[in-house]
Amino acid sequence: MAFAAFASSDAAVTKPPRRKSTIALVLLLPGILYMVLFFLTPLISLVITSFQAELPGGDIGEYVPALQWQNYVDSASEYLPHILRAFGYALVATVFALIVSYPIAYYIGVKARRWPLLQSMMLTLVIAPFFISFLLRTLAWKQILSDESPVVQALKAVAILPADGHLTGTPFAVIFGLTYNFIPFMTLPLYTTLERLDTRFLEAGSDLYANPATTFLKVTVPLSMPGIISGTLLTFIPAAGDYINASRDFLGSSKTAMLGNAIEANFLTLQNYPVAAALSIILMAVILILVGVYVRRSGTEDLL
Amino acid sequence: MTAPPLETSNPSPERAAAPRPRRRFAGLGLPIYVTLALVFLLIPIAYTFVFSFNDSAKSNIAWRGFTFDKWLTVCNEPGLCEAFGNSILVGVVATALATALGTAIAIALVRYRFRFRSSISLLLFLPMATPEVVLGAGLAAQFLALGTQKGIVTVILAHTMFCISFVVVTVKARVASLDPALEEAGRDLYGSPAQVFWRITFPLLLPGILAAALLSFALSFDDFIITNFNSGAVDTFPKFIYIAAARGIPAEANVVASAVFIIAILIVVVSQVSRSARQKRLAKLG
Repeated sequence: MAFAAFASSDAAVTKPPRRKSTIALVLLLPGILYMVLFFLTPLISLVITSFQAELPGGDIGEYVPALQWQNYVDSASEYLPHILRAFGYALVATVFALIVSYPIAYYIGVKARRWPLLQSMMLTLVIAPFFISFLLRTLAWKQILSDESPVVQALKAVAILPADGHLTGTPFAVIFGLTYNFIPFMTLPLYTTLERLDTRFLEAGSDLYANPATTFLKVTVPLSMPGIISGTLLTFIPAAGDYINASRDFLGSSKTAMLGNAIEANFLTLQNYPVAAALSIILMAVILILVGVYVRRSGTEDLL
Repeated sequence: MTAPPLETSNPSPERAAAPRPRRRFAGLGLPIYVTLALVFLLIPIAYTFVFSFNDSAKSNIAWRGFTFDKWLTVCNEPGLCEAFGNSILVGVVATALATALGTAIAIALVRYRFRFRSSISLLLFLPMATPEVVLGAGLAAQFLALGTQKGIVTVILAHTMFCISFVVVTVKARVASLDPALEEAGRDLYGSPAQVFWRITFPLLLPGILAAALLSFALSFDDFIITNFNSGAVDTFPKFIYIAAARGIPAEANVVASAVFIIAILIVVVSQVSRSARQKRLAKLG
């Protein structure tokens, strides 16, 4: 391995560089080796699997190494609705989560600064959903939004929902669940940047006769951009790959199945490994491209 | 960006008075909204907790009266306590492994300069930017290719992998805030490298390491997607719920989730109180 040429760190003038390099190597090697074995090579196996062909005359789930580009064409065309739903639902859920979270983060980070106890109590409440099982809190919403629930009865009584309407099993319920489940991921990074926001900039805005809305759009939002970027990424990426909310037993139906549902079904039920692998690679590639473009556009490359 | 000296720019008294009347109306909307939003976030938690006391028969959907029984006889539900035990075992082992490996990486990344530094950072960042379903399917494809039998070991291997990145991020911040002069002082006083590490570096890093371990355990305990791809016939607590969801969740699952919730909140509150007490002590000293 080429770890041999470690340069000495700025803090370590007193020590000979070679000795430092051995320590750094000993510290790095086990963990990096682990990540290569259980993160990098699995991705490569996924790529190899995605090109496999069916074993002629073989059983279900038996494949041979091949270079079948056709797998990508077939799975992308067969599962195009799932792909579009995954990124569409994730996008809408991310926007909703941002709209819901920003005022919460702003209040905790800026307005509640004078009361540290209130601040930490509210932060605890924001992360509280993390401590109850992800699946159970989604199932709780399924019951609350179910056809027999008072919520649905009330919506029907005021004719917002037609008499034969449902909430569960609709795109609305799936997006609702995605939004709810990832709100803490959005709120925390927003809070971290807003907590450091220098309120003198806001005073400067109003001194220069900007109304509160202009000050918010021209001062607060640009200054909290790092939080907005990491919050939207932390929400969008898991939401695009999620298959719990869209699953039939949870908030979705067969009409709301997302890319994650297709990957799960092909891998674990149908044993159609090449299709599952090709869909996974598509998901990963689209996310990496979107993230790359998004981060570059917003000019915060140092975030990565 | 540096803040210009704004205080002196407009010394007129009207400026201080101007925002007052607006704040009386606009200032109330935000707290009300935030309160409602926090209540909204807590609804499913309250629901889960309340329905852990439901005197339900098979599925736990309609309210059929209050009972403590489910709390007292949790393990009567077949498979539940076994799945819970598996979750604890996986969480503890994966956390220990990930914390050890990740802390070592974090120290190396902050303290030493070496080649391939940016590729190593990328290797550690990528798992956090990869959807869980891809991580899960990738590992499952690798175990399939190698002919590995899926079980609790493969679950532990998978969980350790995604926890390492989070440990590195958490501990790195702590290492970066550490004053190297303290370790130099230790070396100046003829401390051996091992002594300097265990007597100075490690105690100073401990809060960061503990935070990373707690985060790892929480991530591992609640993980479903990666587990589902790599567990074979073994159930963890989330997988138990996923399988039960098709036929109706027993109230006993709500009991386990509520108990875990209470313990987790207690840990958070205790650590917050002790931290603020420590800060007060330090403020007094300073």
